[in-house]
Amino acid sequence: MTAARQPVKFYQVGSFAVGNRLLEPAERTVQAGPDRRNSLNSGHRACQGCGEALGARYALDAAMRATAGRLVAVNATGCLEVFSTPYPETSWQIAWLHSLFGNAPAVAAGVAAALRVKGRGDVRVIGQAGDGGTVDIGFGCLSGMFERNDDVLFICYDNEAYMNTGVQRSSATPPAARTATTEAVGPQPGNPFGQGKDLPRLAMAHEIPYVATATVADLHDLEAKVERAMAVHGSRYLHILVPCPLGWEAAPCDTILLARLAAETGLFPVFEAEHGEVVAVSKIRRQRPVEDYLVRQGRFKHLFDETGAPARPDVIGRLQAMADRSIARYGLVDDEPGA
Amino acid sequence: MLHQIEGSKAVAETVALCRPEVVCAYPISPQTHIIEGVGAIVKSGRLAPCEFINVESEFAALSVAIGASAAGARSYTATASQGLLFMMEAVYNAGGLGLPIVMTLANRAVGAPINIWNDHSDAMSARDAGWVQLFAETNQEAADLHIQAFALAEELSVPVMVCMDGFILTHAVERVDLPTQAEVDRFLPPYEPRQVLDPDDPVSIGAMVGPEAFEEVRFLAHARQLQALARIPEIAADFAAAFGRSSGGLLHTYRTEDADTVVVALGSVLGTIKDLVDSLRDEGLRVGVLGITAFRPFPAAAVRAALGGATHLVTVEKAFSVGFGGVLSTDIAMAVTGLPVTVSTVVAGLGGRPITASSLRPVFVAAAQGRPERLTFLDLDRGVVDRELARMARDRRSGPTAENVLRDVGVVAANGF
Amino acid sequence: MPEGVIERSGAGPPDLAGRTFEVRIHGRGGQGVVTAAELLSVAAFDEGRWAQAFPSFGSERTGAPVVSFVRISGSEIRTREPVVTPDALIVLDATLIHQVDLFSGVAADGYVLLNTAADPDDLGLADLATRLRPERLVTVPATELALRHVGRAVPNAVLLGGFAAMTEMVSLDSVVAAIGERFSPRVAERNAAAAAEAFEYVVAETWERTGAAPD
Repeated sequence: MTAARQPVKFYQVGSFAVGNRLLEPAERTVQAGPDRRNSLNSGHRACQGCGEALGARYALDAAMRATAGRLVAVNATGCLEVFSTPYPETSWQIAWLHSLFGNAPAVAAGVAAALRVKGRGDVRVIGQAGDGGTVDIGFGCLSGMFERNDDVLFICYDNEAYMNTGVQRSSATPPAARTATTEAVGPQPGNPFGQGKDLPRLAMAHEIPYVATATVADLHDLEAKVERAMAVHGSRYLHILVPCPLGWEAAPCDTILLARLAAETGLFPVFEAEHGEVVAVSKIRRQRPVEDYLVRQGRFKHLFDETGAPARPDVIGRLQAMADRSIARYGLVDDEPGA
Repeated sequence: MLHQIEGSKAVAETVALCRPEVVCAYPISPQTHIIEGVGAIVKSGRLAPCEFINVESEFAALSVAIGASAAGARSYTATASQGLLFMMEAVYNAGGLGLPIVMTLANRAVGAPINIWNDHSDAMSARDAGWVQLFAETNQEAADLHIQAFALAEELSVPVMVCMDGFILTHAVERVDLPTQAEVDRFLPPYEPRQVLDPDDPVSIGAMVGPEAFEEVRFLAHARQLQALARIPEIAADFAAAFGRSSGGLLHTYRTEDADTVVVALGSVLGTIKDLVDSLRDEGLRVGVLGITAFRPFPAAAVRAALGGATHLVTVEKAFSVGFGGVLSTDIAMAVTGLPVTVSTVVAGLGGRPITASSLRPVFVAAAQGRPERLTFLDLDRGVVDRELARMARDRRSGPTAENVLRDVGVVAANGF
Repeated sequence: MPEGVIERSGAGPPDLAGRTFEVRIHGRGGQGVVTAAELLSVAAFDEGRWAQAFPSFGSERTGAPVVSFVRISGSEIRTREPVVTPDALIVLDATLIHQVDLFSGVAADGYVLLNTAADPDDLGLADLATRLRPERLVTVPATELALRHVGRAVPNAVLLGGFAAMTEMVSLDSVVAAIGERFSPRVAERNAAAAAEAFEYVVAETWERTGAAPD
């Protein structure tokens, strides 16, 4: 594994310059290139502002470049699968298989085994699913895949609920979020404060070669992580936060902003780990209070009054404590300013 | 070459000869010896290249096979009973996608109540999933059917389930003629997929199909199975020519030429039935036997043709449809619609209860003498049943039925072992 | 054939054309009841017979009563029923005698082979002894033989040596060959030696009981 890539510091234009005019060609994003694969091509049926469609295209195009196009993708049931393959059309320009909801990791392991046996071990395999298909119904198969160290990069597109079926709660749903099965009613509105199920840390507990988290707000970072993941063999796990305008009740144009805010509040720590140890983190330059993130999402609107002031400071406080804990755990904020 | 060998081991050896490329399995009684056998063969290097994957559930096992088959590898797994049910979503998925996976089903009862012994309830639960289901009568046939299964599956792009009675066949040691690698290689060509995940020629497999096309896609699965009706006997004939013995096919008959009464069954119980029929024939009763080998696709035309002039059919089956009656019987009755034939059902062997000639004899005799019972539960202890029904009528809190019955029957029997 | 063993009846292997010889084997989990059936079936197979061996199954559990069945025939064996009227009974564990209905179905001219150093009378089997032909109720201290030759209290292969002597349904050579196919060379050799000693023991005991060679 090569040394962790130094994040490019964009002081003037931030890390969001997809245009890349200030970068050397080799450092430009895959998406910026005219020869990008469009593994997930346009014409699919995703909602306006869908974070998952964006994340999938980003990740798979990067993987296609890293593997020179030698890639097979296995997809679980979910939004991505449904909006990308309405019979008789498909948006996928890559070899792609959809089996069931809970078995994508196992199916991917089977594909990888077959390719190996056939002497085509140069063809790499990606398994991908939403949070439901990864953290809940796919968890048994995922853990089995990790335990065997099957040669698969598994990507979870986490929009924090079962969106395709109408926004029901999954074990990735954050506390206090409204979903159709955790309505914002009663003394504890929204999703209860439970133990959570931190998949990246569970993946690390399996000590697989590479685990990373990323968001659609930092394209360079996401592409670099996919590239790093494809440079090694064995089980690798990438957990990408992908805001869902519909389920999060947010403006479609806020998808990338919300992803950025999730990272900058510390609610979604961005880091990399190898064999169970954290090896790199994306520092938060200017920490934002969780309110800035929550207030833009209708799924948290019961925490605020109509002026936008906190109506449930107790709940917000608990969420802030979660963010602070995450920041402390991963060392996301340096004491020196501007680091 | 002839071996005196455990059924599971014969199947493991034969499956290995078929050169599977990905084998994955999760252990469940009574399939364990099969998978252990294949695993050992792979680990020793005797079967290569082959990936043997120990998975974390039956659902994962068939899912791995789905991925492997879609990527162009010959794939195999095995399960039974609860394991089949746990992977049922994947069973329908493989059937719907048309992936030529071969799976051994070591027939075992499905709980509750939990029971590890043989019956056919597991196979019956999957009969509409689009898999070809073949039932072996002997361990020789069980081994042979796997070779034919790979050929059939890959030719038609349809998954095939080879059913063999758990314990009764899997754990029985008997004579089996195992073929050579060269013989199997001559019979079974390498797998040429109809659809495959290939980056050089990418396709999307597993699309969502809405009302506008779903019926057509499903009908095509049906059409594949109807093709199997034609191919199964042809493959069996090719097998006979290549290996010198008769195995497989849609069905086989025994002493049915002039039979008035024909007994129909699946699997190993046919052996017991044939012995009994010989004895009844010696007593002048014109009874014959119809052994169904291909249960799905159901060989309705072949059944009609095999009946000859028989007027009574007695189905002996190891499963039943709760609240109604037989399962095989229903298919048989459907097949003989319009013919002047009565169909009666004997449900026997549930949960591994031995089916004995002495118990079957009066049932067959009654049928042969024109007094068939519509539905018989063989060797049912009516007293135990009635006592439990009485308990339930008396007390709301009558307790778990299974426990009550076990207590009634006496878990430690003085007479049985 | 070990030296000093009394000559056999000379009648040759029994003719099983159109007939099946049925055996039931009783013991406890861990004593090799299932393996005994398998070995016997292999021995019969090696002699050109058809043979079928299968256990009466339960979840694996050491110490629990286990039963296995063997059929030997001159032609294909089709039935799958348990053996209800055994021509021969082999009992690996005498503690089963009054716990389980061991002798159910054994015919008057049936064979019973018991693993015990005790006398059948001392085991409360006087009734059984009157039912059976005297040379067909045989005891062998198979566990002791196993301990002495093999170092483990597993009497199954040993008893098959006694079975061969008692019934002549298989030869000792075939039993030894079956043992050799199943176990590692060292273990096989020791079991075979124990089986051979059991064979001699039964021949001698039968001679003693009837004053004649076994038939």
